[in-house]
Amino acid sequence: MAKFAKKGKTGTPAISTASLPDIVFMLLFFFMTVTTMKEVDLKIQVRNPKATEVKKLENKSLISYIYVGTPNKKYQAKYGKEAVIQLDDAFARVRDIGPYIAAQRAAMDAESRSKMTTALKIDKGTKMGIVTDIKQELRRAKALKITYTADKTSKEDFF
Amino acid sequence: MAKRPLQEINAGSMADIAFLLLIFFLVTTTMSTNTGMQRKLPPIPEIDVEPPPVKERNVMVILVNKDNVIAIRGRPIALNNITEKAKIFFSNPNKSEDLPEFRFKDIPFFGNHPVSKGLVSLQTDRNTSYEKYLQVQNELVRAINELRDELSLKKFGMKFEDLDDDKQDAVGDAIPLAISEAEPRRMTGTGGN
Repeated sequence: MAKFAKKGKTGTPAISTASLPDIVFMLLFFFMTVTTMKEVDLKIQVRNPKATEVKKLENKSLISYIYVGTPNKKYQAKYGKEAVIQLDDAFARVRDIGPYIAAQRAAMDAESRSKMTTALKIDKGTKMGIVTDIKQELRRAKALKITYTADKTSKEDFF
Repeated sequence: MAKRPLQEINAGSMADIAFLLLIFFLVTTTMSTNTGMQRKLPPIPEIDVEPPPVKERNVMVILVNKDNVIAIRGRPIALNNITEKAKIFFSNPNKSEDLPEFRFKDIPFFGNHPVSKGLVSLQTDRNTSYEKYLQVQNELVRAINELRDELSLKKFGMKFEDLDDDKQDAVGDAIPLAISEAEPRRMTGTGGN
C-alpha cells in the first residue's frame, strides 16, 4: 500500500517581509539626499519668476531670505492685499530688514560674513516700488550680495 | 551550566520605524532647489563725494515704465532685442563714436586688454512689475555671458563655465558685468526710515 504523506496546510506560503526595511530605508535615504528642509512657513504667495541665466544657490548657511508677495487668504483681512515682506516666520516692514540682516550677520562667524548673501524671493506680480525700497535698505545695511531667485527655463519658453 | 542560545532580536518592527522616518522627511522637506540671479548692489556713496562724471557715450539708460514698456536711450525696444543691443554696446565692434570707449588694463592671460567703459543703467518706475524688471536683467546678463563665452572660445577654446577659476576671473575682468543697480528716480527720502 502506498503511503501518502498527510498533507498539512496547503496554499501559498507567506511572502517574506524581511527585505521590507531595506527597501524603505533605501527610499528614506533617497528622499534625505534629494530634498531640502523647508526654510519657513510661507504666509504669503510667492510665485517665482522665470529666467534663463540663473545659477544654483550654494552654501545654504550663508543665505538669508527675504520674501515678498501678497498675503495668503486668511491673512488678507489683517494685512490687506498689497505685497508685504516676510522675514523668517513673521510679517515685517522695510525698516525691519536692517536689524534682521544685522542679527543674521552676528550669528555668523567672522570669515563667512563677507560671503553672506541675501536671497530675494519675490512674487513676479510685485511692483518695483517695494523692491527698490528693500534694495535701498540692504545697501544701508551693507548687505550688498543679493540673489534674485528665479526658476530656470529654456530660451524658447522665455519669450 | 548550559549556555542558552542567543535570542535573535525581532526585526519585524524595523520596517515600521523606517516608514515613520520616511514620512517625517517627506513632510518636512521640499523637493525644489533654489536657483537665482546673483547681483551686487553698489555701496551707499559718501554724502560729500560727487560721483565722477560719466560721458554720455559710456552709459546706456534702459527705462522700464509703469506700463512695462522698455526703452533704450529713449527709443522703445522689444524684450528679445535687448541682448543684441547690449552686446553691441559692450563690444563696440566698429569703434563707433557714440558707443563706449575702452581703457587698457593689465589682465593675466590677456596682457594689455581693452576693457569697455560702458555701463548699463537700469531704471524703473515704482509701478513697474518685478517680472518685467527681472526679464530685462536676464537679457543683460545673457549679453554679458555670451560675450564672455565668445572671448573664452577665442582665447582658450572653451566655454566660460568650463574654464578654471583663474581664467574665469581673467575673462570676468576683461568683460565686467557693468549693470548699475543704482537708486531709481524719485527715490530720495522714501527708503522706509
